[in-house]
Amino acid sequence: MSEIKHTICGMCAVRCPVTVRVQDGKPVWIEGNANDAAMGKSLCAKGGATFAQRDDKQRPLGPLLRMGKRGEGQWREVTWEEAFSFVSSKLQGIIEEHGGRSVMFSDRGGPFADLRQAFVKALGSPNYMNHDCTCGRNTHHASRSVYGMGRKGFDYDYANTRHLVLFGRNITESLKVKEVKNVLKGLKNGAHLTYIDPRFSVTAGKATRYWQIKPGTDYALLLAIAHHVLDRGYYDATFVEHYVTGLDEFRTFLQPYTPEWAEEQTGIKAKDIMAFCHQLNEDRPSVIFHPGWLYTRYQDSFYASRMMHIMNALMGSIEQKGGLFYVKGAKDAGKKGLKSIAAAVPAVKEERADGCGSRYPHFDTSGGMLHLALEAADKADPYPIKAYFIHRHNPLIALPDPEEQRRILDKLELIVAVDINYSDSAWYADVILPESTYLERSDILRMEKGLKPGFGRRQQCVAPINNTKAGWEIYVELARRLGKEEYLPFKTIEDIWNYQLQDTGVSIEDFEDKGFIKLCDDPIWYDRDKLSFGTESGKIELFNKKLEAQGIPSFIPYAAPDEGPSGSFRLLFGRCGYQAHGQHQNNPILSQLLDENHLWIHPTPAAELGIKDGDWVEVAQGNVSGRIRAKVTGRIHPQAVFMLHGFGTQVPLQKRALNKGLADQIFLQGKLTDWDKAGGGVNLCQSFVTIKPAASQELK
Amino acid sequence: MSKYHVLQDVKDCIGCRACEVHCKEKNNSGLGVYNCKMVEVVAPEGEKMRVDFVYLSCFHCKKPWCVDACPTGAMRQRDEDGIVYVEGAACVGCKACITACPWTVPQWNPETGRVEKCDLCKDRIDAGLEPACVTKCTTGCLTFTTPAKASQASRQAFAERIMKHRR
Repeated sequence: MSEIKHTICGMCAVRCPVTVRVQDGKPVWIEGNANDAAMGKSLCAKGGATFAQRDDKQRPLGPLLRMGKRGEGQWREVTWEEAFSFVSSKLQGIIEEHGGRSVMFSDRGGPFADLRQAFVKALGSPNYMNHDCTCGRNTHHASRSVYGMGRKGFDYDYANTRHLVLFGRNITESLKVKEVKNVLKGLKNGAHLTYIDPRFSVTAGKATRYWQIKPGTDYALLLAIAHHVLDRGYYDATFVEHYVTGLDEFRTFLQPYTPEWAEEQTGIKAKDIMAFCHQLNEDRPSVIFHPGWLYTRYQDSFYASRMMHIMNALMGSIEQKGGLFYVKGAKDAGKKGLKSIAAAVPAVKEERADGCGSRYPHFDTSGGMLHLALEAADKADPYPIKAYFIHRHNPLIALPDPEEQRRILDKLELIVAVDINYSDSAWYADVILPESTYLERSDILRMEKGLKPGFGRRQQCVAPINNTKAGWEIYVELARRLGKEEYLPFKTIEDIWNYQLQDTGVSIEDFEDKGFIKLCDDPIWYDRDKLSFGTESGKIELFNKKLEAQGIPSFIPYAAPDEGPSGSFRLLFGRCGYQAHGQHQNNPILSQLLDENHLWIHPTPAAELGIKDGDWVEVAQGNVSGRIRAKVTGRIHPQAVFMLHGFGTQVPLQKRALNKGLADQIFLQGKLTDWDKAGGGVNLCQSFVTIKPAASQELK
Repeated sequence: MSKYHVLQDVKDCIGCRACEVHCKEKNNSGLGVYNCKMVEVVAPEGEKMRVDFVYLSCFHCKKPWCVDACPTGAMRQRDEDGIVYVEGAACVGCKACITACPWTVPQWNPETGRVEKCDLCKDRIDAGLEPACVTKCTTGCLTFTTPAKASQASRQAFAERIMKHRR
C-alpha cells in the first residue's frame, strides 16, 4: 500500500514542510511539500538524509542508564518502565528537597516547545531555556529595544527587495530552503546584495558587493553607514518623521563616525562606504538590513544588531514590499490561535535562576539564558540547581568551554538527555531517553506566522524501528508519574491536537490535504500609515529609556576589538550547507560528504609560518591544542582563522565522526562567562589561537 | 547521446550538495560513490575572489567508451533514449569502463566490488518523473530538459531581456 504523508522536517531547526511516500510501512521517497509554493519539491541535503538517519544504528536505540562515571560511556540498556521510574523517583527526591525550581531544561526552542514549557512549569520550575544565548538573543533583544518586539516579529520580502545587506548572515550555507530560494529570486530580479564577512563564503560568491571586513568591526562600519546616510539625507524622511523618535540624539552620537574613520577601523575604503550609502538611497525603501541570526559573536554584537534594525527604519523599509513585513498571526486573520498548553499551567512565582526578568530585567524571560543558568548552578546562587533536562540540544558543543561546563554539570544530581543522537551532551548524561526520529513521531501543532498565517502539523509517517518514543509521550508520562497529570492530561497526540485546536474552528482532518492550513486567502499587509510599535511610546525608539534606566546606554561609543596576543589569530566558525550543529557529522550519508573540517588561513600568515595548503597544523590556546589540516586561502581575513563547527566529537559510538576534524569550542576557554551585558549573548568570536606546522604524519 | 539533458544554472547553485544526497538516497549508492557531483571551482589566489559549483554527472555519450570497453555487456545503452547504465548483476568489477571513460565517470563501489553510474533515474523517467537530483534541487538550479528545449528556453530568456530595452 502506498500513502502520501505531509509532515515537517526535523533534520535541522529550520523545520521545512516535507512530503513522504510510504510503501507498505516503509518510507521510500521524500521531497519538499509542494503545497507550499515557496518550498516546492526542494529539499536540502540534510532533509535528503532523513531515511539514513532513521536507519543509522550508531544512535541510542533504547533507553540507557549510565553505569560508570559521567562521560565514560558505560551504559545499561533498560526498559522504558525502568527509565521512567528512575527519572521520576530521582526527580521526586530532588523536588522534595530543593523545590521544583532546582530543575532546569534546555532545548533548541522552536514552534513545538509549548508542551515542554508546560512540563517544566508543571514541575514548578521557572527554568526553561532554549539555545538562543548562542544564537539569536542579541538580535532579539536589539529588536525589542528598537521596535518593542522580538526579532521574529518581522520577516523579509527577499524576492522583491532591491538591496539586501548581510553582516555574515550566510544565507546560502546556514540554509533555509524557502529563504534562499527567495533571495535568489530577488537577485534574478536585479537586487543588489552586499555581503560583509571576514570570510568569503558561498553567499559572498553571490553578492554584488563583498567586503572582507576586519573581524570584530561590524559595529564600526554600521556607525559610519548611519553617519553618512543621515549626513547626506539618504533616508526616508517622511517615514522617520512619522514613526521614529530619538533621531537627534542619534545624529549627535554619530558625529565622529565618518566613513574615513571607519576605513581605519574596518579596512573598508571610505569611498566604497559612501558609494554603498548612495546606492541604498536609490534602492530604498525596498532595502533589507538583515539584523543577524546567529549574531552572538562580539562584545558589541547587540549594538551592531541595533544599528541594523535602526537602518531598516531609516530606509523606511518596514511593512514595505521588498523590505520587512510584520508576520501576521491568527488574530490578524480574525481567527483564534492554537490554545497554549503551557499557558494553562499556573505561573511559577520563583525567580529564574538565570536572572532574566529579575537581575537582568531587560532580558526576555521566555527563552532564558543557559550560560547564566549554568553560572547559577555553579554557584548555587540564587538557589541550587540539581537536575537538568537536555532536549535535543548539545550545550557541550554549542556553548564555549566544554571542560568548564563539565565541571559545573558535575554538581548536578541528575542529567537527563532526550535525543536522537549520541550528542556529546547526551553522552555525559545519567539517562538517555531516546526520541523517535521526526519521521517516526508526531509533535504538537505549530503556529505558522507570515503574510498568510496558518497552522502546520508534523505527523508520524512510519513506525519507530527502535525502542524510542516521541518527545510528547516522554514528557506526558513523566508528568503523570510526578503527579502532574492535570497539566498534561493527554493520552494520544490527537488529544493534544484537539486541545490546541479547540477555539480555532479547524479540525485535525483539515491537515490531511496539504499538511498545513491557512487562516486567510490573501496576504495581510498593515496600513502603512497606521503602524504602531510595542515600545513605550508606540514609535520606533532609537533612544531607549528602559535600557538607559538600567545603566545600559542606547548608543555606546565604539571600542576597537581586542586583537589578541601577538602572533595569534581570531578564531571564527561557521557551517556548510549540508551539516549543522554537530547533528549530521555522523549521519551515514552526510558523513561521506565531509568527514573532517579544515583550518582556513590566509596565504600571507601561512607563508610566514611555513604552512602550505593541506598541511597538518597545530591549533593551540594555553594548554589546549589540536591538529587539523590547513586550507590556505585568501577567502579568510589575514587576522582570523576559520573552521566549520560540529567536528571533533568525543563520542566513541559515533564511529564515522570520532576523532575526525577539530572542535572549535575547546578553544573558547573562559568564554562561558564572557557575554554581552546588553544583549545577553555569549561572545563566540572573541577567542584567539596560535597556529604552527604540525608533524606531517597522517593521524588516524 | 541520450536525448535528455540536465541543465545547471550556475548562478543559482549554492553548492549545497543536495543533488548528491538525493542521488545517493534514491540509488542507495555505495560509500564514497557520487553518480553526480557538485565540483567547487574557486578563482586562483590573488585574483578577484569567486566560488562556483559545477554539476557533473554522466554525459550519456552517443558512442560510449565505457559500453565499448565493458567485456561482459554490463554497461549498456538504452535504444529508446540513449541512457547509459550499468546492469549491476553482470558487472565483474574489472574497471575497464572507468579507464575507458575520458572523464572517469563510472564510480567504484568498494563494498560490492562493482561499478555504479548515473542512469538519470531511468525508473523515474519511465514513470513520467524527473531524476532525483533535479526534482529536489534546493534552489531549482537544475532542469531536466532536452538540448533543443534548453536552447529554446535560453533564447527566449535572452529575447525577453533585449525587448526590455526596446525603443
